[in-house]
Amino acid sequence: MNFSNLFRIAFRALTRNKLRAFLTMLGIIIGVGSVIAMLAIGEGSKMKIRNTMSSMGTNMVMIMPNFQRRGGVSLGTSSSMALKYSDVVALRNEATALAAISPEIRASGQIIYGNQNTQTTVEGVSEEYLSIRKLNIGSGRIFNDTEIRNMSKVCIVGQTVVKNLFGAGADPVGLSIRIKNLPFLVIGVLESKGESSMGQDQDDLILAPYTTVQSRLATIDYLNGIYASAVSDEKSEAAIAEVTEILRRTHKIKESQDNDFRVMSQSELIQTVSSVTDVMTILLGAIAGISLLVGGIGIMNIMFVSVTERTREIGIRMSIGGRSRDILLQFLVESMVMSILGGLLGVIFGYLVAKIAGSLMSSPIYITPQSVFLAFAVCFVIGVFFGWYPAKKAANLNPIDALRYE
Amino acid sequence: MDNTIIEIKNLKKDYHMGEVTVHAHRGVDMTIVKGEFVAIMGMSGSGKSTMLNILGCLDKPTSGEYRLDGVDINTLDKDALARLRNLKLGFVFQSYNLLSRTTALENVELPLFYNSKVRSKERKERSIKALEAVSLSDRMHHMPNQLSGGQQQRVAIARSLVNDPVLILADEPTGNLDTRTSIEIMELFQDLNSKGRTIVYVTHEPDIAKYATRNIIFRDGRILKENLVTERSFAKEVLKTMPLEDYDDII
Repeated sequence: MNFSNLFRIAFRALTRNKLRAFLTMLGIIIGVGSVIAMLAIGEGSKMKIRNTMSSMGTNMVMIMPNFQRRGGVSLGTSSSMALKYSDVVALRNEATALAAISPEIRASGQIIYGNQNTQTTVEGVSEEYLSIRKLNIGSGRIFNDTEIRNMSKVCIVGQTVVKNLFGAGADPVGLSIRIKNLPFLVIGVLESKGESSMGQDQDDLILAPYTTVQSRLATIDYLNGIYASAVSDEKSEAAIAEVTEILRRTHKIKESQDNDFRVMSQSELIQTVSSVTDVMTILLGAIAGISLLVGGIGIMNIMFVSVTERTREIGIRMSIGGRSRDILLQFLVESMVMSILGGLLGVIFGYLVAKIAGSLMSSPIYITPQSVFLAFAVCFVIGVFFGWYPAKKAANLNPIDALRYE
Repeated sequence: MDNTIIEIKNLKKDYHMGEVTVHAHRGVDMTIVKGEFVAIMGMSGSGKSTMLNILGCLDKPTSGEYRLDGVDINTLDKDALARLRNLKLGFVFQSYNLLSRTTALENVELPLFYNSKVRSKERKERSIKALEAVSLSDRMHHMPNQLSGGQQQRVAIARSLVNDPVLILADEPTGNLDTRTSIEIMELFQDLNSKGRTIVYVTHEPDIAKYATRNIIFRDGRILKENLVTERSFAKEVLKTMPLEDYDDII
């Protein structure tokens, strides 16, 4: 008996009992569907996080003051003053793994233009900040060294600020706005970056020279943070080590003492987030895998019923020349057709579920070719594994007894 | 050319049922040649059904020799027996044994599915021819439950014919049919036999046995009597004498 005949016989047998075949396949459909959907959602959110994070610069290194606690008491303010501009100078002079470096000082307050006003953060930075954060100037220019040295009241605004103060699409370069009642000249506008992975509006900001913000707006002598970029992605680990070593030395921290600062790299953050979503994906995938197993057992069950119910048919087939092997293959192909067809429908079902879930959670979905391949491979194995025993039972029937079976 | 289809020498068949051994056959010698039309008779338990199973290569004898068309059955394994059944034998059963929810044509095609040498085009042609031979070409796409008992048995006969077997074995082929339909089936068998087909059937009705050319009567696992039928019935003539009124009522 050749294979096209086998498939024809199997299809005929299944179409003779369409509803039952469908209900049997349902277990596989749901199992495969949930595996595909889970993996698609997990993979999609991982990609989204990775994309938005790398759009901030994968080689970014952040240095923050460390909030120290001693005996449960937060030493908040004093330790938050740990970073000074001298640290920036030290890093700029000594660190070899850093390409660009910028201090960061934040101030917030009311911004006024004409009869419009808005509330936002003013970040005091150096011109290198743009390359570190992968920000681009849409129109106008970035402030220069002279303006930094002179604490000039110039600023660059993000798109959300433009929209709030000047109306969408306006070009405010050359106009003057008031930040905390001080007049600032708008010299540039940033290109839009959209929302961050945490849902934060990345366009709602104003950049100004750090000297201006430090002395005129925030009036502090310390820094809120230092942003830097490693020379390459691979160097970000080395950069962290180097920064830690330099800052411990300049801060005169003893061996036994904790750091008064924290150093984080963007790639490290990506890894942390990725590993969290990986664990989630594996967990959900495992649960979905169990339902696939249950689906397989459902197939085995129905195949057993089918063999018993069709004992006479098996007897007829044997009496007219079907060999044990032919009977075995017939039932095996039947269970495999069910599981693989179920797998196919499951992939479609999973895609739809992922699509709906993705739009509800406004998160992208991504179906990897591997997950589809995996689903089919598992279905094939399930078909053979759970079909084998019932098929063997059918093949081992004695034709005389099978013909007499009522 | 040797015309012997079946040659059985000192055949014995025992069944072990727990501690008890049942002797189904206690030494049977039998020869059937090409073109014969043989009825095997006997009471239940006489061993006639067991004999049919052995003749049909569904079962093997405990001892003794059985040659089918020159092939020694004892030398064959399970798969070879299946192949022999596929190529040389045709089966007709009392309860028709057609696949349900499968058209008449597909039922007839079935034996050819197990013969890898037959392509699908040839399979269809031969099946249609077999259905024409049993005058059912207008019922080809009917399901078994849309056919009468006689028609179902005709489909079964077409199925037994489709592989052009050397021998057709029928196990009480008229057992489930009324008198008239039984005779119609015997008419079909006589017709096939007159065209050279070798047929062996089992029956316990003496009337039905009269349509054969030879009767073999079993009792207690041995052949009691073997005789040529002297007053043979011819189904065509019997049918002419039978009134049709009964059937008009039903229809």
